[in-house]
Amino acid sequence: MSIIQSKHNSNSEEATKNRAFNQKILEQLRQKIELHSKGGRTEMVERHKERGKLLARERIDELIDSDTPFLELSTLAAHGLYNDEVPSAGIVTGIGVVHGREVVIIANDATVKGGTYYPLTVKKHLRAQEIAQENYLPCIYLVDSGGAFLPMQDEVFPDREHFGRIFYNQSQMSAKGIAQIAVVMGSCTAGGAYVPAMSDETIIVKKQGTIFLGGPPLVKAATGEEVDSEDLGGADVHTRRSGVADHYALNDSHAIEIARDIVSNLNRSPKFKLNIKEPEDPIYNPEELYEIIPEDSKLPYDVKEIIARLVDGSKFHEFKANYGKTIVCGFANIMGYPIGIVANNGVLFSESSLKATHFIEMCCQRKVPLVFLQNIVGFMVGKDYESGGIAKDGAKMVMAVSNAKVPKFTVVIGGSFGAGNYGMCGRAYQPRQMWMWPNARISVMGGEQAADVLATIKQDQFKSKGKTMTKLEIKKLRDPILEKYESEGNPYYSTARLWDDGIIDPMDTRMILALGISTSLNAPLEDTDFGVFRM
Amino acid sequence: MINRILIANRGEIACRIIRACNEMSIETVAVYSDVDSDSPHVLMADQAVEIGPANPSESYLNFDKIVDAALKTNADAIHPGYGFLSENGAFAKYVKESGLVFIGPDATTIKSMGDKAESKQMMADAGVPTIPGSDGELTGNITSLARDIGYPLMVKAAAGGGGKGMRVVRNEDELDSSIEAAKNEARNSFGNDTLILEKFLDNPRHIEVQILGDQNGNIVHLYERECSIQRRHQKIIEESPSPALTNKFRNKMGEAAVKAAKAANYYNAGTVEFLYQDGEFYFLEMNTRLQVEHGVTEMVCGIDIVKWQIRIAKGESLTFSQKDIKQRGHSIECRIYAEDPSRGFLPTPGVIRKMILPEGPGVRNDVGVSEAQEITSSYDPLLAKLVVWDADRNSAIQRMDLALSNFIILGLITNQPFLRDIMKNDSFQKASFSTNFIDEHFKDWDFPDIDPKVLALALLGSKTSQIHVSNTTESYSPWSNNRGWRQGI
Repeated sequence: MSIIQSKHNSNSEEATKNRAFNQKILEQLRQKIELHSKGGRTEMVERHKERGKLLARERIDELIDSDTPFLELSTLAAHGLYNDEVPSAGIVTGIGVVHGREVVIIANDATVKGGTYYPLTVKKHLRAQEIAQENYLPCIYLVDSGGAFLPMQDEVFPDREHFGRIFYNQSQMSAKGIAQIAVVMGSCTAGGAYVPAMSDETIIVKKQGTIFLGGPPLVKAATGEEVDSEDLGGADVHTRRSGVADHYALNDSHAIEIARDIVSNLNRSPKFKLNIKEPEDPIYNPEELYEIIPEDSKLPYDVKEIIARLVDGSKFHEFKANYGKTIVCGFANIMGYPIGIVANNGVLFSESSLKATHFIEMCCQRKVPLVFLQNIVGFMVGKDYESGGIAKDGAKMVMAVSNAKVPKFTVVIGGSFGAGNYGMCGRAYQPRQMWMWPNARISVMGGEQAADVLATIKQDQFKSKGKTMTKLEIKKLRDPILEKYESEGNPYYSTARLWDDGIIDPMDTRMILALGISTSLNAPLEDTDFGVFRM
Repeated sequence: MINRILIANRGEIACRIIRACNEMSIETVAVYSDVDSDSPHVLMADQAVEIGPANPSESYLNFDKIVDAALKTNADAIHPGYGFLSENGAFAKYVKESGLVFIGPDATTIKSMGDKAESKQMMADAGVPTIPGSDGELTGNITSLARDIGYPLMVKAAAGGGGKGMRVVRNEDELDSSIEAAKNEARNSFGNDTLILEKFLDNPRHIEVQILGDQNGNIVHLYERECSIQRRHQKIIEESPSPALTNKFRNKMGEAAVKAAKAANYYNAGTVEFLYQDGEFYFLEMNTRLQVEHGVTEMVCGIDIVKWQIRIAKGESLTFSQKDIKQRGHSIECRIYAEDPSRGFLPTPGVIRKMILPEGPGVRNDVGVSEAQEITSSYDPLLAKLVVWDADRNSAIQRMDLALSNFIILGLITNQPFLRDIMKNDSFQKASFSTNFIDEHFKDWDFPDIDPKVLALALLGSKTSQIHVSNTTESYSPWSNNRGWRQGI
């Protein structure tokens, strides 16, 4: 494979400018992640610790093999929502290894609103379950939650993708042989009681864990019976009498030890074998990514400069280098794993779409995981292009992406606008994981275009009435639209709502993709059947 | 010509000799007993021959097996190292008669120097000061002979060495029982129970002079080594130069040693041992072989003694004379033993789980063991010799202390903490000591208590390594990254 020849100059004015910008936004990201990782308010954290309980992230650190990676998902969920009172949406989810085996961990953070489920808590829980299901990963639920957040019950309880879906997913996964393990480390009240009850194996911690459909106040109101929570649904009751839980743990650490033992006895099946090479670092310094990524996502640059700093040895076997050059396709390795890369290098034309479709078909044939590096303003528009059939060529690409059964990974490295988002495996196309760089933007179209479109329509209306708009009127019309797109296209707006799995430091991209690919190999790689390609 | 040398030894000294041979482009043959099959000296040599079971008399002490191995492998010469057959005149003779070169002095020299009574007489005749005592074999009225020499006195095996068969007799009451005990020990250790009596110096230093002589009559000395730090009459720390001697005295001692060597018709490397007390020195014995502690002399004189042993055996003449030999700086050696200084220096066999050697300027490791090797009770428990050099004695002590602290051997008990405490001892630092130093200062020595914090960390480390499970189903997995990767860190 040939090595990408970089033309990047670290000493250029542009590099200096980009570096300053990227470091600034990275610092913002770090601060936000740090803030969210602290969990609830200080006094809540203190009270939690006083009870001898570990914090959610401490529990995870103890649960996974020591000093191994933990790939946390959507750390910034609910950022800027619910008065910013629900950091990380009150739940920590991610992928880690236990006894060498990747598992999905879903840990309630009881320091955040008692671990209750807000709408985004539910969404984050379901997303983690989805990842478990797609990748055949055992689920470990570290339960410490008061159940649904009642004031928002209409957004939490009734719909298809609401609270009930959690247990539906547990059933589906259990049926597929994807182990469901619950560790009850706090309360599991009402609906929450079903998490342990629906699990294959359940651990409960003495004096801390409780499982009941109705808590002591409800019992008293309903029947007049007075009972404390330990006698009602504590560890002793459930491991000796009810059989709702299977293992009795003395404290958090003991419970975690038992959970680890459970995983070690799962009888894992071998992972799908890819032709893994010995990993190599890129020959170009990945830190130079900060010098390449421009502040303005519309500024063109060669995406191969990015690829050169992500892939092993900066080696890239490019496909159709001279055809449809606004998309770059080719094979490479990331930390040893073979991948097919589809990366934008400008607006999508018919040729670029056809090339990408061809390439995706090849990756599916060869069972090579796909990585999409998304930086796309959309498909080309105009009379010539429409008559040239750009819609059907774009459709071919969307068809290929939708049906591709190889694991797909999407990183939004710049703009993600319009149908470009679809062709490049946006959220709706079920990439196994989807990440955003801090400089990314996502919306149906760019703010400028949206403002222009609306201004043109408005001007046409004025014209039909024989009026014209003043410059000030146009500005008044445009500004709120620009503002709206700026705020809603922001990656934090996206990640808060789980349109992605997290915002990442570009330098972490290699590691995150490698962890994702390794994880995806737990599921069998199916053959792909494509639908009808419009020719 | 010597193109291939068989090393009739094991452990660090065999490795040391193999290294010298490598530098001289001479091929090497190691011999080993069955328990030593994976020892470093076996792995380092160009070829290796198994010569029998662990019991030395059936392997490393067996003339026939060793000479057969040499003949079978077409070796030209045999280097005996120290210990085992190195001071066995009959072996040297047998080697020569088998058509091989013995790297050491002539068999008759070994024989006469090996006999304590004979050697002492020879030295006295040559005018080298000797300790007053019985001349030759112990006969006649021993009690009155003892009274003539005066108490305290020492009973020694005539054929002995290394502290075996030696007894101090404080008064007449102890005489008979000590003689009996020494006889038994001598018989068991050397197969010869001839004893001698001599004056016992109660507070002596042990200082020895390194000799190098060629087969053409040139003999030089490489100055002295101070070897007073001993436990149970065996050295554990040696240094050169001796802080006890003035230059004038040093030269006088050197000249006496050369005189002694000449009297013995000596060639190759040898050592004349003296006892020194109150400004007087007495001939103790001559060791007709390479000494364990030769390294400190090499460091200060800049002469590779082992390579010269080989060159001398080839018949080469010395290329330097006495005036060319200068002592430069100060060198100290510590012997790292698998032994427990808190329990009478009892050997502590075990498996070396981890070994990290100190490094740095002026630090030399002569090591004969490796990780995962089992240290058995079959042989001397010497694991390694740590040698340092620096410009002066104080700096050398500091360098040794640091080197010792960086010398890590896990899996068995060693005397390393004990050696560190000696480096920190005031009397040692002031060079005010005799061969009684350890008895005087370290009689009730015990291992230092380990800080509970350190223990906690160690426990944590062991827990961590237990829990850590790498992803074994893939040849390379990012999940095996063991730095606890997290996003944005």
